[in-house]
Amino acid sequence: MLKIRNLCKTFFAGTPNQVNALRDIDLDIEEGCFAAIIGTNGSGKSTLLNAVAGAFQVDEGVIELDGVDIARQPEYQRARQVGRVFQNPFAGTAAGMSIAENIALAMRRGRRQGLRRAVGSKVREEIQSRVRTLDMGLEDRLDNAIGTLSGGQRQALTLLMATWRRPKLLLLDEHTAALDPKSAGQVAALTKEIIQRENLTALMVTHSMEQAVQLSDHIVMMHKGQIIEQYGAECKASVRVADLLNAFDRVRRRELLDPDVADLLARQYA
Amino acid sequence: MTLVIGSFTIGLILSILSIGVFISFRILHFCDITVDGSITLGASVAAVLLVQGHSPLAATLAATAAGALAGFVTGVLHTRFRIQEILSGILVMTALYSVNLRVMGRSNVPLLDTRDIAAPLGGILSVMAGDGEALMLAGWRVPIHDVAMLLTAFMMTAAVAFMLHRFLLTQFGTAMRATGENPQMIRAQGIDNRNMLIFGLACSNGLVGMAGALLAQYQGFADVQMGIGMIVWGLASIIIGEALVGKAGPGFAIVGAMMGTVLFRLLVAIALRWGLDPNDLKMVTALFVFAALVLPRYGKDLGRKLMGGRRHA
Ligand SMILES: Nc1ncnc2c1ncn2[C@@H]1O[C@H](COP(=O)(O)OP(=O)(O)OP(=O)(O)O)[C@@H](O)[C@H]1O
Ligand SMILES: [Mg+2]
Repeated sequence: MLKIRNLCKTFFAGTPNQVNALRDIDLDIEEGCFAAIIGTNGSGKSTLLNAVAGAFQVDEGVIELDGVDIARQPEYQRARQVGRVFQNPFAGTAAGMSIAENIALAMRRGRRQGLRRAVGSKVREEIQSRVRTLDMGLEDRLDNAIGTLSGGQRQALTLLMATWRRPKLLLLDEHTAALDPKSAGQVAALTKEIIQRENLTALMVTHSMEQAVQLSDHIVMMHKGQIIEQYGAECKASVRVADLLNAFDRVRRRELLDPDVADLLARQYA
Repeated sequence: MTLVIGSFTIGLILSILSIGVFISFRILHFCDITVDGSITLGASVAAVLLVQGHSPLAATLAATAAGALAGFVTGVLHTRFRIQEILSGILVMTALYSVNLRVMGRSNVPLLDTRDIAAPLGGILSVMAGDGEALMLAGWRVPIHDVAMLLTAFMMTAAVAFMLHRFLLTQFGTAMRATGENPQMIRAQGIDNRNMLIFGLACSNGLVGMAGALLAQYQGFADVQMGIGMIVWGLASIIIGEALVGKAGPGFAIVGAMMGTVLFRLLVAIALRWGLDPNDLKMVTALFVFAALVLPRYGKDLGRKLMGGRRHA
């Protein structure tokens, strides 16, 4: 389904600030698989998602979705097949426009935006019935500006919008991180429900290892722009949070070792 | 009375400019200075075509298209060549100064003995009034032509406002509004925000060009200097409009921009009558916009202090 090969991205290449954000990433995600990406701060998780979504051009590599290389397509074109929810609850919706207008845009994702009324009565009914399933009481506030809602409500709506027309791939970047624990729980549950019901292929960045263990079928662990560990469907069932923590510990120890090894080599070959 | 009618007419004509500025400034969140050049472009194109004997309607439409082209260029400079938004506008505005001189062939084109867009209505009115030159309005003798121009300006402004309002509620129109609010979101909906911005700027400057054409026909000339400060004028009108009717939805905002423009024009006429030096007018307008932009902020801070809130402690 999603096939990534040799993906590289360096920011500020050739300057003292050079960051190798993605180093030779290979990743395969099966159809219908819900993968979680975990890793330390700055390990390149968001960069990987942004690369798949097309927020910037990658330096090298292949991103195949359903057998088509999308690595050179502009972001808006990829959005026809890729749904996204951002970490920032404000990023996924237009604050000054009504709930109905925002959703109406998502209903036509990837289709032509014509000169018909955006929110006609039929569209409105459809929106109302789907929003009612969120069980947040928003179905009576469809004409309110979306900016008047709480972060959790906005994130739930963004999720609804991203999946309204079934995306081939759903990208979630710490989409519950900016929410209070209760809303975070609600949105996480909604995420799981939608992904299961629609049998979506999804890639979720999270800092919560529990979330990763409980929700996903496949865990990808990143560090310094590389994938250092993967738990696929076969072994994922037996993975516990403690195992992930151990894996992180191993990485950390290896890091501590690194300077010494470098020192040793330097002395030997100097 | 002539003064009032004149102010209303100019106010209505400039409403179309304000609506154009509203599109760029408030909908697209793009501070577009092209306006100063595109209003003159509209006026020059219309004036030259009228002198050549083309119909007023055709001249006005051509001016609209010319304005739209100017906005298109600004949009392309910004989105394709990544030039900052203000600078894109400045470049096009500066270039338009030369273009306008080229179009007119000199710095000023008077419109003597040419038909203008109010002529058909003027004809109807004078037939109704018994073939006279003037109408009696509330005891005042008003030239029929002035009345016709006022009504024509009103109808065109109303038509523009109505159509824009309808447009903003369509699928395409909502996409344009969302582009201004959150380009990231609109890309995630599969829409190219750059093309959307270019289209919006073309619409905006098209309306500005139309306003220029009407203004030239009303004043009876096009002048290469006439656009200076028009962007500030438009902003002032929008701000007044928002103070009058608030920002609840695009419909209110459009009507507000119209009301703001007319009111502002009336205020200017009164101020000039009371002895304001016309040379100081642009300074006063700029100060007004400055105050309107800054005062609400201080008002809020003051309110916060009075309420004992300390959000910026
Ligand atoms: N647009 C950008 N321009 C320059 N550098 C960037 C950009 N985006 C990311 N980086 C850098 O790339 C590295 C990886 O960042 P990224 O945001 O992918 O990390 P992350 O794994 O998502 O971390 P976090 O858990 O903190 O969100 C960081 O060093 C970051 O500074
Ligand atoms: Mg991140």
